[in-house]
Amino acid sequence: MAVPLISVEGVHVSFGDTNALTNLTLDVPAGGLLALVGPSGCGKTTALRVIAGFQDVDAGSVSIRGRQVLGPSVNVAPEKRNVGMVFQDYALFPHISVAENVGYGISGSDRVARVAEVLDLVGLNGYESRFPHELSGGEQQRVALARALAPSPDVVLLDEPFSNLDAPQRERMRRELKATIRSAGVTAVLVTHDQAEALAIADVIAVMRKGSIRQVGRPDEVYRSPVDPWVAGFLGDAILLQGTIEHGAISTSVGSIDTDIADGSSAIVMIRPEWISPSVVDQGQGTVVDTEFYGHDQRVEIELMDGDKVEALVPSLRAISVGDSVDLEILDAVVFPQLVP
Amino acid sequence: MTSGRTVFEVDPEAIGPSAELKRSRNSRQRAPWWLWAGALALVAPIGISILALLVRGLGATDAAWATLFSFRTVQLIGRSFALTALVTVTATIIGVGGAWVLARTDIGFKRLWGVSFAMPLVIPSYVLAMVIVSASGPRGLFADLVGIQLPFVSGLVGAWLTLSLATYPYVFLITAAAIGRIDPALEEAARGLGASPSRVFRTVIVPQLRPAIGAGALLAALYTLSDFGAVSLMRFDAFTRVIYAQYSGRLDRTPAIILSIVLILIAGVIIAAEQRTRGKGTVFTSKPSRPPSVHRLAGTQRVLSVGAISIVVAFGTLFPIAALIGWIVRGANNGADISVPWKAIGGSLTGGTLAAITAVVFTVPIVVLVVRYASRRTVLLERSVFVGFSLPHITVAIAVVAFTITWAGPVYQTLGMLVVVYAAMFLAQSVSAARASLAQIDPAIEEASRSLGRGPFATLLAVTVPLMRRGLLAGGALVFVTTLKELPATLLLSPPGFSTLAVRIWSSADELLYARAATSSLILIAVSVLPLYYLSIKPREVVD
Repeated sequence: MAVPLISVEGVHVSFGDTNALTNLTLDVPAGGLLALVGPSGCGKTTALRVIAGFQDVDAGSVSIRGRQVLGPSVNVAPEKRNVGMVFQDYALFPHISVAENVGYGISGSDRVARVAEVLDLVGLNGYESRFPHELSGGEQQRVALARALAPSPDVVLLDEPFSNLDAPQRERMRRELKATIRSAGVTAVLVTHDQAEALAIADVIAVMRKGSIRQVGRPDEVYRSPVDPWVAGFLGDAILLQGTIEHGAISTSVGSIDTDIADGSSAIVMIRPEWISPSVVDQGQGTVVDTEFYGHDQRVEIELMDGDKVEALVPSLRAISVGDSVDLEILDAVVFPQLVP
Repeated sequence: MTSGRTVFEVDPEAIGPSAELKRSRNSRQRAPWWLWAGALALVAPIGISILALLVRGLGATDAAWATLFSFRTVQLIGRSFALTALVTVTATIIGVGGAWVLARTDIGFKRLWGVSFAMPLVIPSYVLAMVIVSASGPRGLFADLVGIQLPFVSGLVGAWLTLSLATYPYVFLITAAAIGRIDPALEEAARGLGASPSRVFRTVIVPQLRPAIGAGALLAALYTLSDFGAVSLMRFDAFTRVIYAQYSGRLDRTPAIILSIVLILIAGVIIAAEQRTRGKGTVFTSKPSRPPSVHRLAGTQRVLSVGAISIVVAFGTLFPIAALIGWIVRGANNGADISVPWKAIGGSLTGGTLAAITAVVFTVPIVVLVVRYASRRTVLLERSVFVGFSLPHITVAIAVVAFTITWAGPVYQTLGMLVVVYAAMFLAQSVSAARASLAQIDPAIEEASRSLGRGPFATLLAVTVPLMRRGLLAGGALVFVTTLKELPATLLLSPPGFSTLAVRIWSSADELLYARAATSSLILIAVSVLPLYYLSIKPREVVD
C-alpha cells in the first residue's frame, strides 16, 4: 500500500476521567473521501480535532504527508499544518464579506483570482460582497468549503457538515460536496453520526466506537462483511441469531448456514433483512404476521415455528400478505464466532 | 430475535452543537504566555501595592498599632458601622418596595417611573450631598426660594439621607431583575394547592428574591463604607474622611495606612459575602413562560404607592436637578462664578478617555483567558479584578501612594499613574461587558482562523477583537463614566495642576461656592448620561 496521506498512531485523549480516544490508529489514503462514522460520544470529532491541531493528546502521533505534526516532542500549531477545516456550524467570520472569508487564508498577488476560482468551484460567483448572515444554510456551507479549499490544503476535514441542513437540502448538498471535492482533487475526512450518509458519500469508511476504530473499508465491504455484530448493527438493520456449529454448519431457526468455524463452538449469525427472500408456500417455515409497505419495497415480519420473529425486506412487486405461509431463502449471512464472556 | 434498528439509534441530544462547543472549550491547549503578560500588566501592580500595604501594616510599630485600639478608632468603627447599617436598611426598603410596586402592580407610566427611579445612579454622591447641604439651613437655597427654613442637614443624618438616595437604585435594579425572573406558574401552583396570598408571598416569592435582595443590600453597604464625597461634605467622620484627613494633614502617613488596612479588612468581609451571593440570584434561570399577573391597586393603595414613589423620585432626582439649576440662576443674579470650567472638563475628558482606552486594551487578554482558557488561575484572576473594583478607592490610592513613594518615585503623581489606577480600579466593568460578548462567539470561528494559517495573535486581532467590539465599546463607556465621577483617588494621585470636574465640584462645595459647584455638576451629569444613552446601556449593566 502507498504511503498514507495522514497517519494517526496510538492516540490517547482523556477529558478528566473519561477517555475520549483510546489507542486510535488510522491511515487516511491520499485522494478520495474518508468518512469517520460512529455513534455520538465515540470520539470522532475529537479525532478530527487532533488531526487539525486543536486537541492536545496524552499519547500518540500524527503525520501528514510524511511530516510528523504531533508526537512525543512535536506539536505543530494548527495554522502550520496545512489542513483545511469545515466546522459543524460553518464558523464563517460574521464581520467580513464572502470574498474576504474565502480569501482569509491566502495571500499574494493571485488572491483575487484564487477567490474567484474556488467560489466558481462551489457555484457561488456573484456572492463576493454578501455577508454570511445574508446566506441560506446551504450557501453558508458552500462558503465554508470554499474557504477551506482556497489555501490548497493537503486535506480538508469536515465536522458533521450536513447536520444543520434540512432533509431535502442535505441530500443535494451531499452530492454537491462529493462532486466539489472530487473536482478539487483534494483528500477529505468527514465526520458523521449518520451511517446512511457515510455509506452514500464515502470512498472509505472508518467505523468508530468508544474512542477507537473498529473497522475500515469500502462502504459495501464494511456493510456486507462487518467485523462484529456491533458494527453490523450500527451500519444497518441486522438480525442476530445464536446457534452451535455442527458438521461445518450452524443450525438456526431460519435454516442451516455453512461456516469455517470449528465444530462445537457457539456462534452468532447476522442476516440483513434484504438478504432474506420469503416465498409463499402451503406449509412453510413460518407465517407472515405483519407487513409495512414502503413503495420501493416492503418490510415483512415472519413468525417462525419456534416463536422467533424475523424481518425481511422484500421487493414491492412480490405479493405477500399477513397470514401467508412462507419458506425462507437466505441469500447471504455472516457468522461471528461467539466470544466466551 | 432482534433487529438492529432500535438498538443503535443515536441520541439526538448528545450531538447538538452545545456538546461539541463544550468539548472544544474544555480541550483548549495552554494559553500563550503573552496573554498572561497582558492580563497581569494592569492587575499585578495594583495587587502588589495592596499586598505591600497589608504587609507594611503588619510590620508597623507598636505605637502605630496602639492608635488602632485607641478609643477614637473604636468610635470611628462604630460610626462607620452605624451609618452603613442605617443606609443599608433604608436603601433596601426603598429599593425592594419600588421594585415590587413597579413590577407587580398596575401603577401606570411604568417606563417613566422606572427610569426616574434609577436616575440617582448618574448623580455622584457628593453632588447629592452638596445639594442637600446647600438647600437646608437658615440661609439655604430652600429658605431663599420658598421662604421656609429647613433645619440644617449634615452629619450622620445628612450622610444617611444622601447615601440612601445614592444606593437604593442598586437594590432596586437587582431586585427588579429578580422579580422579572420569577415564573408566575410557581405562584399559581401554590395558589392551586390552597395557599393564601400571604402564604404564597412568604413561601414562594420571598425565597426566590432573597439572594437578589441580599446582593443589593451588600452592594449598598459596600458603597456606603467606601464613599468619600458624601461623608466629607456632610462633615461626618466615617473611615474615608478620617483617612483623608490623616493623609493630607500629617507628614507621618502611618495612621492613614493603618486605618486603610482596617477599612480594607472590613470591606473584604463584605466583598467576600457579596461574591458568595453572586450568581445565586440566577438559580431560577428558566425564562418565565409569560408576564406575571399584575396586582390591581385599590384606591388607598394606589394613593400610598404613587405617593411613596413620587417622594423618592422628588428627593433623588427632581430636587437635585432643580437645586443645581436654582444655584446657577441665583449665581448668575449675584455675580457668582458660573463660568464653564474648561480646564476641569479637559482634565475629566483626558482622564476618562485614557482610562477607558487603557482598561479596554487590558480587558482583551483577561477576557480571552477567562472565557477561552478557563482554569483555577483564571478564576483567581477574575476575582482579583472584581476585588480591585470593590475596595474603597481611597484605600487603593493610599496603597499606590505608599508603594510608589517607596519603590517607584518617578511615577508618583504623574498622569500615567493616575490613568493606570483608574483603569485597574474600573477594569471589572469592562471585563464583565466584554466577557458577555466573547462568550457569545463560537470558539470554532477562532479555530477556523487558525486552520487558515493565522497564528493566535493574528487571530485575536483579525477575528476576536472585531467580534467583541460592541462589548468592548460598552465596557469602555462604563469605565469612562465611572472615572468621571471618581473623587478620592483623583484627589490623592493627581499630578500637580491637574483638575477634574469631580475635584472642582467637591472643593467648590467644601468652600461653600455652590453656584460654581452646580455648574460643574450639571456638566458632569450631562457628560455621563450621553455615552450611556448613546450605547443604550441599560441601568442594570451599570450595577454589574
